Amino acid sequence: MNEYMLIFRHEDGQKVASPEQMQIWMKQTMDWIGGIAAQNKHIGGQGLSFNGAKVVNHKGVVTNGPFGDIKETIGGYVMVKAANIDEAIGFAKGCPVLQGEGNTVEVRQIAH
Amino acid sequence: MHTEIIPHLFRTEHSKITSVLCKFFGAGHIDAAEDIVSETFAQALETWPYKGVPENPTAWLYTVAKNKAKNQLARQRNFSENISGEIKKNAPKDEEPDIDLSEQNITDSRLQMLFAICDPSIPVEAQIGLALRILCGFGIDEIASAFLTNRETITKRLMRAKEKLRSEKIEIAMPVGAEINQRLDTVLRTLYLLFNEGYYSETEDSVLREDLCVEAMRLTYMLIENETTNSPDANALLALMCFHSSRFAARHLGNGEIILYEDQDESLWSQELITKGMIHLQASSTGNKLSKYHLEANIACWHTLKTDSKEKWESILSLFNHLLQLSTLLLLR
Repeated sequence: MNEYMLIFRHEDGQKVASPEQMQIWMKQTMDWIGGIAAQNKHIGGQGLSFNGAKVVNHKGVVTNGPFGDIKETIGGYVMVKAANIDEAIGFAKGCPVLQGEGNTVEVRQIAH
Repeated sequence: MHTEIIPHLFRTEHSKITSVLCKFFGAGHIDAAEDIVSETFAQALETWPYKGVPENPTAWLYTVAKNKAKNQLARQRNFSENISGEIKKNAPKDEEPDIDLSEQNITDSRLQMLFAICDPSIPVEAQIGLALRILCGFGIDEIASAFLTNRETITKRLMRAKEKLRSEKIEIAMPVGAEINQRLDTVLRTLYLLFNEGYYSETEDSVLREDLCVEAMRLTYMLIENETTNSPDANALLALMCFHSSRFAARHLGNGEIILYEDQDESLWSQELITKGMIHLQASSTGNKLSKYHLEANIACWHTLKTDSKEKWESILSLFNHLLQLSTLLLLR
């Protein structure tokens, strides 16, 4: 069994969503993670706050962001156990952030 | 691990927290209040799915919102005389201002917010929009689809209304003395229109339509629960809403098509709402003023009896005549 990290890239939802919509996303995310956990293949995960994010650049230059070039940025990740990349991709396909156009889930094997 | 969240929790709490924060910051700072609330929900979205829903989700939201509000104040205190001026008025000096999210203060703030929003200087369409946004926690898209218009129109409308609250220096407070009755008329009219927006809306989204009606009823009920605003008119309006909404389940087919009154299956009418309507109709018959809500509630009441009788239709006709006279009088005034 291998371990993979599924990394979400999406827009800052709070700027566009209604409270009801955010609650729907919440439920979808919990159901998705719950589905992986039910197969005993969920290792862990975390959301990353969009507020006050900074980027430290070459030579220590600090900028706001990473909101410069594209709207989508890393919003969180989930780590899963999977037999192979295809199974991990299968989990990623169910991720609710993919409902948003332009959003992505990157699938990366965790190196050991 | 908890995974269940009560339906519409965010929508409900949005309205409660925003009202309290608006009251705290002043009516000119609605945007700041809204930002804090949506940041709070974002933080929930970033943590609950991974760590589980907290034991008491509401208390969690209140704590986070309070902290965010305090941080916001600390950040802004340096350069915004505006907000800190407001705070000084509301809080004793040299003490950390307390954001009171108690049930009592939430209720008071929402009621005061309702009166502020229904200030006569704000166009009625914008009042409905603001009420939906701030008091019902609807998003811009949801409001736009209720009004059958686009995001931009609603955004502009809300922006202008908020600007009005700022420039007219409208206070989030209850009107005093005789003014309360006069202002209550405007509030009732806005709630009546909000309900109609749902009941007669052309939008095909039947869930949204019912939500609008439910929210209008919730706000009207808030008036009735408060001693100073529990007027016969308010009761008549709530009775009217109860009678109309008792037919929701019988009113449309699965595909959104409307079923006309004559063809409705009356076993689907909500007896609970009809009974509630009767109670408020009873409560509305004190005093000597006959408002259009009284007349419309009586008409709606007759409609909750499916059986035809001479008396039924004659009564309805006479009520309609009254209503016509009343509206002519209003026009002449």
